Amino acid sequence: MSWLTNFVRPKIQSLVRPREVPENLWDKCPQCGNMIYRRDLEKSLYVCPHCGHHLRLPAKNRLAMLFDEGKHQRIELPKTPVDPLRFRDSKRYTDRLKEAQAKSGEQDALIVAHGRIGGVAAVVAVFDFDFMGGSMGMAVGDGLIAAAELAVLQEAALIVVPASGGARMQEGVLSLMQLARTTVAVDKVKERRLPYVVLLTDPTTGGVSASFAMLGDIHIAEPGAQIGFAGTRVIETTIREKLPDGFQRAEYLLEHGMVDMVVPRAQLRDTLARILGILRHRGPAGEVLSLVPQTGAADAEPGH
Amino acid sequence: MNFLDFEKPIAELEAKIEELRHLSNSDQINIAEEINRLQTKVDRLLRATYAKLTPWQKTQVARHPDRPHFSDYVARLIAEFTPLAGDRAFGDDPAIIGGLGRFRGRSVMVIGHEKGHDTDSRVRHNFGMARPEGYRKARRLMEMADRFGIPVLTLVDTAGAYPGVDAEARGQAEAIARSIEACLDLRVPILASIIGEGGSGGAIAIAAADCVLMLEHSIYSVISPEGCASILWRNGDSTKDAAEALRLTAQDLHKLGAIDEIVPEPLGGAHHNPTAQIDSLGEYIERNLAELLPRDGGVLRARRREKFLAIGKNGLG
Ligand SMILES: [Zn+2]
Repeated sequence: MSWLTNFVRPKIQSLVRPREVPENLWDKCPQCGNMIYRRDLEKSLYVCPHCGHHLRLPAKNRLAMLFDEGKHQRIELPKTPVDPLRFRDSKRYTDRLKEAQAKSGEQDALIVAHGRIGGVAAVVAVFDFDFMGGSMGMAVGDGLIAAAELAVLQEAALIVVPASGGARMQEGVLSLMQLARTTVAVDKVKERRLPYVVLLTDPTTGGVSASFAMLGDIHIAEPGAQIGFAGTRVIETTIREKLPDGFQRAEYLLEHGMVDMVVPRAQLRDTLARILGILRHRGPAGEVLSLVPQTGAADAEPGH
Repeated sequence: MNFLDFEKPIAELEAKIEELRHLSNSDQINIAEEINRLQTKVDRLLRATYAKLTPWQKTQVARHPDRPHFSDYVARLIAEFTPLAGDRAFGDDPAIIGGLGRFRGRSVMVIGHEKGHDTDSRVRHNFGMARPEGYRKARRLMEMADRFGIPVLTLVDTAGAYPGVDAEARGQAEAIARSIEACLDLRVPILASIIGEGGSGGAIAIAAADCVLMLEHSIYSVISPEGCASILWRNGDSTKDAAEALRLTAQDLHKLGAIDEIVPEPLGGAHHNPTAQIDSLGEYIERNLAELLPRDGGVLRARRREKFLAIGKNGLG
């Protein structure tokens, strides 16, 4: 397996620092419409300081915010056959891919890194929504399989952060096959009793939601994230009525029992660290807790 | 019989034959000869048309209202069929039928989408578009089959999972994901047959199988040609182009390694001779099941998982 040798080979530790952002860049909050300086946005983890709306966090910022001190190592993902169907609509799929690759500097819509979260070894796979809507084809499937295998190899937790409209249509039925492939991948982690946590971000829909993203031990959702199977347009045309307020939002899924919690971005890392620490039986300082009672502990036990 | 657009010349000939059959008073011999001549012409035309169906025409054939559906297959192939209802959580979903029975004398669990055959039954079965309850029932029945060492046969025929507010509220995505997971976890053989439409997540939910059979003119796709055209071409006129580009035919899917075997259809498609189609699928299921049955459960499960991990490595070849 070539990707195995790739990541085992020692590499320069990449400490991701926030890039220098020009001062005059500003963004508009899609929720409240207020203008926010990009520098403030980076500082606030892309949460609107005016209304608390969670904007989409770029994949690299996501890695930096989740790992301890932002320290992590990216792994090279396996090479995947390109454009298996020789697909073309108004544009060639290969051209769309090249554009997305040029824009993002990445090969496809998934980035995988490993490091520690709250002292616990973790592999994190993050979707890049800017790369063709985070859609899942062979490359993303292979990336998730690699991430799962790495987690098993390192006895690490697997954290997946979807931000995806679903399967990549341009890969036809092969994108559909990723539902089965990624399910096998995350089950490998679960079989080894390693934590598998899904951090659902906006959006998690279609084939991505109907596979690995809904199979976590723990589902954490970001506030306001759209999560669901069918697209809202498809539902509206099928039932011919307006959808209820908050439909398919993180809070709606919490209410319907599909996620464990909705956690604001600022508290995500600590929440994740706490959960991983408990699941992996690690103390707050990162030491392994002993389950064997100390001498005299039995005497001190209160009566029933 | 319903005829598709491209079957029009065939329909006209068949109408003529029908007409002649009712002309019993005049010259019997000449009529019989004429019928024979026309029948030969019909067969030739059918053969020519069906030998080179376009992906969009196959889509229409796969959705043909007279195409045999789940219940037709079960009635002819499964003895002592005993439907089992409910997901034990919310309700029963008639879009997916499941139950115990015997296939050629052997105990089996049969699960599949039912589209219905007339207005009433189509509404009752929600046109084969399942809600979470359907997938949760499928999962429950698969787990039961696993405990009793009973192989699972699935019949796939759905435009897709139902896109509705209620379905989303009850966790459509999770229900599909768990059903896929259940398929992949079985230690008994699971054989899937795509008998009509294999629509996206709603189809693979019961088709992550050891052996995936597909009827010659069935389709299996991540999205319908209509849906794909409206998203990628941004108009509905490109449906044919989308059907082409998606490679959703049994022939292309076999090259891609997404299915294992193509089951030929009778002349003029399954709807021209449903009993012949049902019987021939029965033969294919029997042969493949016989190959899978002697295998150890753990080996079956591991091979199935490896099979899916390996799909897509070679493109169209
Ligand atoms: Zn705002």
